[in-house]
Amino acid sequence: MDPMAAIRETFFQECEEQLCELESGLMRMEGGETDQETVNAVFRAVHSIKGGAGAFGLEDLVRFAHVFETALDRVRSGKLEASANAMRLLLRASDALADQVRCARDGATPDEAQTTSLAAALKALTNGDATEQSDPAEDDGLGDLTFLPLPVPVEDETLQTGGWVIKFRPFADLYANANEAALLLREVSMLGPVRVTVDRSALPDFAELDPEGAYLAWTIALHAECDEQAIRSAFEFVEDDCELVISRASDQSDRLNLPQPDAEVAGGGTAETIPTPDPVTAANVTANSGMPSDADVLAMIRKAQQSVSSSDREQPGAIAGGAQNPSPPAVRSRQDAAPGTDGAPSKNDTGSAVGATIRVDLDRVDRLIDLVGELVINEAMLTQRVMEAGLARASGVAAALDELEHLTREIQDSVMAIRAQPVRSVFQRMPRLVREVAAMTGKQVRLLTDGEGTEVDKTVIERIADPLTHMIRNAIDHGLESTDARLAAGKPEEGVVRLTALHRSGRIVIEVADDGAGINRERVKAKAIEKGLVAPEAQLSDEETDNLIFLPGFSTASEVSDISGRGVGMDVVRRSVQSLGGRISIASRPGAGSTFTLSLPLTLAVLDGMVVSVAGHTLIVPLSAIIETLQPQAANVHTLGTDVRVVAMRGRYIPLVDVGMALGYSEVPLEADKSVALLVEGEGGIRAVLIVDAIQGQRQVVIKSLEANYRAVPGIAAATVMGDGRVALILDVDAIVSVTRTELIRGDALRAEPTLLQAS
Amino acid sequence: MIKTILTVDDSRTMRDMLRLSLVEAGFRVVQAEDGVHGLEVLRDETPDVIVTDINMPRMDGFGFIEAVRRDVTWRSTPVLVLTTEVDAEKKSRAKAAGATGWIVKPFDPVKLVDVIRRVAA
Amino acid sequence: MNESLTNGAEGREFIAFRVGQQEFCVNIMAVREIRGWTAATALPQAPRYICGVINLRGAVLPIVDFAVRLGLPGSAPTARHVIIVTQIHNQQVGLLVDAVSDILTLNENAIQPTPDVASDLVKAFVRGLLPVDGRMISLISLDHILPLEERQAA
Repeated sequence: MDPMAAIRETFFQECEEQLCELESGLMRMEGGETDQETVNAVFRAVHSIKGGAGAFGLEDLVRFAHVFETALDRVRSGKLEASANAMRLLLRASDALADQVRCARDGATPDEAQTTSLAAALKALTNGDATEQSDPAEDDGLGDLTFLPLPVPVEDETLQTGGWVIKFRPFADLYANANEAALLLREVSMLGPVRVTVDRSALPDFAELDPEGAYLAWTIALHAECDEQAIRSAFEFVEDDCELVISRASDQSDRLNLPQPDAEVAGGGTAETIPTPDPVTAANVTANSGMPSDADVLAMIRKAQQSVSSSDREQPGAIAGGAQNPSPPAVRSRQDAAPGTDGAPSKNDTGSAVGATIRVDLDRVDRLIDLVGELVINEAMLTQRVMEAGLARASGVAAALDELEHLTREIQDSVMAIRAQPVRSVFQRMPRLVREVAAMTGKQVRLLTDGEGTEVDKTVIERIADPLTHMIRNAIDHGLESTDARLAAGKPEEGVVRLTALHRSGRIVIEVADDGAGINRERVKAKAIEKGLVAPEAQLSDEETDNLIFLPGFSTASEVSDISGRGVGMDVVRRSVQSLGGRISIASRPGAGSTFTLSLPLTLAVLDGMVVSVAGHTLIVPLSAIIETLQPQAANVHTLGTDVRVVAMRGRYIPLVDVGMALGYSEVPLEADKSVALLVEGEGGIRAVLIVDAIQGQRQVVIKSLEANYRAVPGIAAATVMGDGRVALILDVDAIVSVTRTELIRGDALRAEPTLLQAS
Repeated sequence: MIKTILTVDDSRTMRDMLRLSLVEAGFRVVQAEDGVHGLEVLRDETPDVIVTDINMPRMDGFGFIEAVRRDVTWRSTPVLVLTTEVDAEKKSRAKAAGATGWIVKPFDPVKLVDVIRRVAA
Repeated sequence: MNESLTNGAEGREFIAFRVGQQEFCVNIMAVREIRGWTAATALPQAPRYICGVINLRGAVLPIVDFAVRLGLPGSAPTARHVIIVTQIHNQQVGLLVDAVSDILTLNENAIQPTPDVASDLVKAFVRGLLPVDGRMISLISLDHILPLEERQAA
């Protein structure tokens, strides 16, 4: 990649980090943490974005960031109070800045009206806080770039012969800041031929000489067609640290003293050569405290010429190679300068010197995960072979195998951990969402988050953002009451949405809780009946009623609100969660609020499964779907019509699915009391009892795609490779269960006719 | 001899840019992410010129320059301040701390190299 | 056993294999490897010509019984059967055949069109016919081997 394009990419990555920093900092400030460190971090974030944006010529971004930064600077310096109003505005500005950064990255056009009005509001905030006048340079982010002193008008046309006399007397401060008189003289000599005279009249006796003092002054006669500004800019850094008088060569004597481009006096140089005093010589002059003769000056200039003209042909880094010991501070305690040190590779030679992290291409990690998956399978195969060969008991093989298995699992866990990331990146998107939804609904909402550091596989993180967004919208839009209703209920005006992540039994659990009114069960049930989702006479527990909101086609809001999404209901959320091998449930207390609990596997690459036998085939049933295993009694199994069977469990009838039949592996129904049953829960909380021939055990399996080389298979979620090297299929519980309600009633719906697929 | 430049900046973007510009100009570049880190790097490195940002976490540019100047080893090493700040106060604070000169961001690689050359012995 | 038919430099290599009494060939560029038969895991709802899937170094590889695919009578696979692992677009598919018979270098010009009398099924897979030493070898196009492709084509 072109290096600038790579840096640009880095810039936008860094912007995202800064934006997170900015938002979380502003939120901490909003919460009352207005300590200097927080405020500085917030300021730095915007400052940094502005700096980078400037480098890439993103002027709109610079302009807005500048206004924002100015306001933050007022807060930082204590001139502006971080009031609730101010913080609201600053947070909105951070949202707008985020938008602008993304627009700049994607080449999109930002919302100009929003930007303009926010910029205006920020300016008003900045200016309105105090009587102080704002800096005119701050009106525009680019103002500072155009801040240049006016050129001094030339008074006398007749003097336009290009002669200047510069009187330069450095103060000690100039040297203290590591500026060098000699280098400044060299800089002036870049403008044209010079004649330099040293004034050493201020030099004290040696005994009184301060090694860091400034005793010399120079008069430089410059022959150049430049304006005064060009000369001043050579002294830009030392303006206040020296006496500097620049004047036109006004009289004839000055004129005559000017070095001429072609004159011998310039050391035989031509117009291109640049005479300059040599710092070493200048120092020598000091030390000898002798009057420099013209010959001395000439020699000095010659020597300087050699150093400059030779270095000009070299790398810039090699400039003034002979001038290693620049003058006045005679004390040099620097030990280095040993050749070789500079060229030696440095321990800190990279930009990543501090952080103990590296960036790795995701493909490499995935490749590693694949290989470790292979290793796990191979290890299992090896164990199986050894057992079959009866070697395990004969020697220490069993112990060695145990060790190998242990190591293999550890490697697998470690490799999976590479892909693990804290959920912070998703959680960080939520405050903005809450602000927006709060603004749209006119509700006051406080978002509390906990457990942002909880780690989960990157793929899981990427895929929970959408369901989470929806759940939070839902919590504010439907969960929280309006402000009036809250006040009437004796609750605080401000509603609270709590977002929590934690690890629980090998899974990540994410909760979205609100302190709203809770589920209106009457209304939910009425709605479900109206939509034909439940029978009017159905007796539902509170839990079952609450879970009705996950049914497809259910939406509690009487009108589809703009916020909760265009008719997208909780069923979609549930489906996307389940497609990740997760579950979602709701607990609600009337008047006190609702809590949605999302439980997800830590990775999508492996799955905990129950290994079962079905008509001579080995299948894996995801453990996450299994509620319990049981041994059905013939007496509890009832047949409805011709071939639909149900199991009576705790007073309820649950449909029974013969997995072998459903997948077309067997033609003859399995006798319930000769089978093992698994009570499973699928999409929409629908339960079913799956019957299989036998349970072989539980194990973690590496998920392999069927689609990669084939296609999706109805009833099958994916495949895996077992210890014997054979492929086993992973059952798609949702598909099997949903079939119980509809198609399965017609018999063998899953056994699609092969003729459908045959060539015609 | 190839000159070594130490750049101190908390922004990865800025560090990358400085590195690109300076390496292209033939310098050897060592980098640090803030003032504290900069001082750590100075334990192993002897840069010819130091370029530092002002707004940084842990130790800002002012603090860094002051610390650099307190150490006699670095007394005469030019320190350039890299900053978007233009107002006189920041400049004079940087100078009071011991800065040799400044580079106004967004920098132009040519100007950056030119300024370094100006202060480098 | 490299029988060359062509003199030209344009010759391409093909893997010839036997299914029942018939011989077929595929472009060698499409062949990834050839391996012995291992038991496949049956897939539910699969067409009859899909034997199932096997583990190919960690990837799940579908196996097509080539005879059945062409509408010929299939036979229970034994250890003597061979799987030709082929690359079809971005997927890998194993073809179950009786045996690999030859590696041929052929000129494209030698390919004769499939006669009209052939069934649609045959025409969907056979790109042309090659006379080699008095044998007739059908050149196979792999594009329509898998059911998904087929449904699109139908």
